[in-house]
Amino acid sequence: MPTIVVQRPKLAWHEKIFLSGFLNGMRITLGHAIRTFKTLRGSKTVVTMQYPEQKWDESLPEHYRGAPTLVTDEHGRERCVSCQLCEFICPPKAIKIIPGEIPSDDPWAKVEKRPREFEIDMIRCIYCGMCEEVCPEQAIFLRKDYAITGTSRAEMVHDKEKLYEIGGVRTGLVNKWNDLK
Amino acid sequence: MQSILASFDLPLLIASLIKIVFLVFLVILPMVAYSVYAERRVSAIIQDRVGPNRTGIPLTLLGFKKDIQIFGIGGLLQPMADGLKFILKEDFTPRSVNTFYYWLAPCLTMVPALMTAAVMPFGSELDLSWAGLGAPFKMVIADLNVGPLYMFAISSLGVYGIVLAGWASNSKYPFLGGVRASAQMISYEISLGLSIIPAIMIFGELNLGKMSAYQDANGWLLLPLWGDGLSWSRLVLLVPIVISFVVFSISLFAETNRTPFDLPECETELVAGYHTEYSSMKFALFFLGEYAAMIIGSGLAVTLFFGGWSIPFGPWLSEWTGLQFHYEAGNTPFYTGLLHIGTFFAKIVGCIIFFVWVRWTLPRFRFDQLMKLGWLVFFEVALLNVFLTALLLWLVPLK
Repeated sequence: MPTIVVQRPKLAWHEKIFLSGFLNGMRITLGHAIRTFKTLRGSKTVVTMQYPEQKWDESLPEHYRGAPTLVTDEHGRERCVSCQLCEFICPPKAIKIIPGEIPSDDPWAKVEKRPREFEIDMIRCIYCGMCEEVCPEQAIFLRKDYAITGTSRAEMVHDKEKLYEIGGVRTGLVNKWNDLK
Repeated sequence: MQSILASFDLPLLIASLIKIVFLVFLVILPMVAYSVYAERRVSAIIQDRVGPNRTGIPLTLLGFKKDIQIFGIGGLLQPMADGLKFILKEDFTPRSVNTFYYWLAPCLTMVPALMTAAVMPFGSELDLSWAGLGAPFKMVIADLNVGPLYMFAISSLGVYGIVLAGWASNSKYPFLGGVRASAQMISYEISLGLSIIPAIMIFGELNLGKMSAYQDANGWLLLPLWGDGLSWSRLVLLVPIVISFVVFSISLFAETNRTPFDLPECETELVAGYHTEYSSMKFALFFLGEYAAMIIGSGLAVTLFFGGWSIPFGPWLSEWTGLQFHYEAGNTPFYTGLLHIGTFFAKIVGCIIFFVWVRWTLPRFRFDQLMKLGWLVFFEVALLNVFLTALLLWLVPLK
């Protein structure tokens, strides 16, 4: 087996007692300190984002998984048909749905069902996006809201009204319940 | 009873009490709090971070436009917030500890560190004749003639706190930390003590206040540029002084358990070392003791090598400006006394910034390297340095 003899580098005396290494290190840290201190004095930090004043909302990616919400389509119809698939798939069991019937005089009576109550407990939600993935009606979407706060547990439960408020109208989806043209 | 009462020097007692309260509660403890803050901010800027910048003096609540900032950086009340947090934390005592020693250990770390402050000359003298008080007050709590010896004697008691904490916690990581601390602190005390002997030989004096006064008149040991300092012998003596300063300052790092010698509490190996099982104010006491030891150690380094409270080029400045910047026994104006106090603490702040700077630059030593450095290098170097100084003092005697 061929062997390679690694030549150890010849060190000068100041390298042997770590003097030059020490001084070099001190120079580097001082350089960083002075540079960062200058940017701090100008109160413009280069790397750190000063969170409440500066926000990253503009640079959020399209696929960002924020708060789950319900959406309506361009006809103002709530897309959820309360099939409860999201409720069953939700890993932390954050979703609670009470289905309701659509009355027969409604223009969308053929859809038959819509949620009477739809609650997502944002304390339980883990923002996994499984509800969005499993929804056969493209009714639930994860939006870019990430700062969900409240002063009580009850406040952290998003009811149906709140969910539609955050979700808003979403266009360009498959509209399988529309009349045939 | 009467005779006992009469034997008390009441003005001296009152003056000492005022000095103790001033030094410990108004200077050292706030300084400890703010050196923790300095540690966090300096480490932050060294690592290109921001650090705690939010906890400001809330002047905006009182209708002002902006919170108070120094150099444009906020967060000046962070130490108060830290202190409040320490008080409000749960003081948890594990069931397996040896309660008596567990409670004793934090006090034994804190008390020696503060006791050594007694002989620290933090200023020349304060002339209070304008307030109707006669003789000027010496700015040192106890003007002992064995200053450095007293400091070493007391500060070496600090190791008991750490060892007891490690032992009483009844847990493996604190135990290892305590064992390491005792070995390290005892080893480095030797080189620490030997390294200041050349300085003492040059001063011919063991009174820290008189050392400062000598350096004020004749140039600092490491900056002999005025008075008798401009002699050949002082220049030649710079060689052993630089050696002893290097040995002293590195031993001081080991003695105060600072990086690169922070083996007793290295986070990566021992969780938090000897204070792993401590929480709340007991942990805060360890913290305080550690930083207080750092401040006192810096104070000793400053007094021995950087002229203590003396203003650099004091006699020259006095000649040029007509004001008095140097110390003159019994004839130092009030403003100079204040300036001297300020100078002393400014030098200590500089030392602490250096401590922090080194901490965030160097990696930690291995334990065998630490012991080797202490016993095989510094001990010999410091010992030989004593003989070298004696030789030089004999060849080129001081005036």
